[in-house]
Amino acid sequence: MYSQGLINSDTQIEESQEFLDAFQARIDAEEKIEPNDVMPQAYKKMLVRQIAQHAHSEIVGMLPEGNWVTRAPSLRRKAALLAKVQDEGGHGLYLYSAAETLGVSREELTEQLVTGKAKFSSIFNYPTLSWADIGAIGWLVDGAAIMNQIPLCRCSYGPYARAMIRVCKEESFHQRQGYELMMSLAQGTEKQKQMAQDALNRWWWPSVMMFGPHDAESTHSDQSMRWKIKRFTNDDLRQKFINATVPQATFIDLKIPDKDLRWNDDKEGYDHGPIDWAEFWNVVKGNGPMARDRITARKKAWDEGEWVRDAAHAYAEKRRAEKIAAE
Amino acid sequence: MSSNLTQALLELADDNLILGHRLSEWCGHAPMLEEDLALPNMGLDLIGTARTLYSYAGTIESNNKSEDDLAFLRDEREFLNCLLVERPNVNFAHTVLKQLYFSTFMKLYWNEALNSKDEIIVGVAGKAKKEMSYHIRHSGEWVIRLGDGTTESNKKLLEAVDALHIYTNELFFDTPNNIYFIKKDILPSRKALKSKWEKEINSIFKMAFVPYPEFEGELSGGRLGLHGEELGHLLASMQSVHRAHPGAKW
Ligand SMILES: [Fe+2]
Ligand SMILES: [Fe+2]
Repeated sequence: MYSQGLINSDTQIEESQEFLDAFQARIDAEEKIEPNDVMPQAYKKMLVRQIAQHAHSEIVGMLPEGNWVTRAPSLRRKAALLAKVQDEGGHGLYLYSAAETLGVSREELTEQLVTGKAKFSSIFNYPTLSWADIGAIGWLVDGAAIMNQIPLCRCSYGPYARAMIRVCKEESFHQRQGYELMMSLAQGTEKQKQMAQDALNRWWWPSVMMFGPHDAESTHSDQSMRWKIKRFTNDDLRQKFINATVPQATFIDLKIPDKDLRWNDDKEGYDHGPIDWAEFWNVVKGNGPMARDRITARKKAWDEGEWVRDAAHAYAEKRRAEKIAAE
Repeated sequence: MSSNLTQALLELADDNLILGHRLSEWCGHAPMLEEDLALPNMGLDLIGTARTLYSYAGTIESNNKSEDDLAFLRDEREFLNCLLVERPNVNFAHTVLKQLYFSTFMKLYWNEALNSKDEIIVGVAGKAKKEMSYHIRHSGEWVIRLGDGTTESNKKLLEAVDALHIYTNELFFDTPNNIYFIKKDILPSRKALKSKWEKEINSIFKMAFVPYPEFEGELSGGRLGLHGEELGHLLASMQSVHRAHPGAKW
């Protein structure tokens, strides 16, 4: 039981235009919406959808990086990677708690994840094939995540905004650490440099796609902006990411795999080549190279851990019964 | 064999690294999210201690080696960890029991090491002792929960005791090399810690409904570089990238 006492959890409220307008007025006045406040069902639904997807991404995101924890090539890197993956698990935990304030339990969400019903960021459906992928993920994937998440620190829903403030601090540390890893490879031996370039080649486009479809095709975008869950459009954020990342690649002498990439003076940003949306949608639909393996791995951990969770429950029950008996 | 502190430090560092590595294997695969955080967290403590010890070992007795040289460029026969720490994770019961055995031992060890005449060892001991207290609490609570949880969890815990207890005697083995440093008050005696360790484990076992194992006998050899077959696979994985790029910086 996580969400008892939240008056809005299951109460059906008549959503008159007056009610919706009053809610919008609160949003427009930059008031934070808190768990016990009345809110339109659609607002709540949109938040649950987004927070759950975000939480699942953090959890599934532990797997591609965890894949290299046991092979990290130095003790310093091993410790840093282990700490990073642990941070991601912590992000998952804050986000599941934020979802719980909206009446959705962690068990429910985990069930959706391990049965393959939940969505998570499609970037994690790609495999990590070399040590350099750990650098590329930190630099690009955490980098893209920050672009998305910094505006979420001002999200209209209080618990989500507060979770994001904590998460963003850590993500920006991950981004710097990933870039520093790439830099040491790029300045290393010929083989290390090749490894770094290959990782950039493979992770660049999936990272650019992390911002989601173009604004015109993004279904939930408008309402999400009106409710100030989202503050910038997908394309705006993507542009910011590209503008920030291209000079970083140049600085360490790596080449972004986009032959159409060039500076555009008029818009004071980079123009980029066409995005392969067929691939994007294919991966979103669950056909990424590692999609099945990710779910299988989470399901395996969950199923094999059942007896442990049962034991913890049984133990807690016994202690509770003893306490009641003693009173 | 001449006495050398390097070897004594490597025994300690290898114990910490290998068990830390085993814990890191859980990352993303634990029974619950809290343990996805706690197990690697304990792994980080152990790897941190190993790093300090390797760095120290690398600078003495004209070794001139880095922590990474010592961790990544030695073979199976050169690793001096006890057999307990290299045992595979198997399941959560094995993992928390192994952790309880080791951290209970190391807390007693570091506590004595606070009196060492070697300042660096005192420094490591001060930090590691606190970490071991947390590891004992965490793993001890789990051992009790599993023992006093369900029939299944109790059975799994008993199986783990059956599989792992035989490795614990090696924890208390003072090698001839170490005896030299024990006499010089640089290192604590391991042997002297045995009765306290048994008492502490026994008190947790009581709460977990685990009969304290009566059998005599032990499996050992780790301090002489005579390991089980599992260690080679752990090292093959751990050292693979480092060794594929000789001389590279990371
Ligand atoms: Fe994260
Ligand atoms: Fe991150």
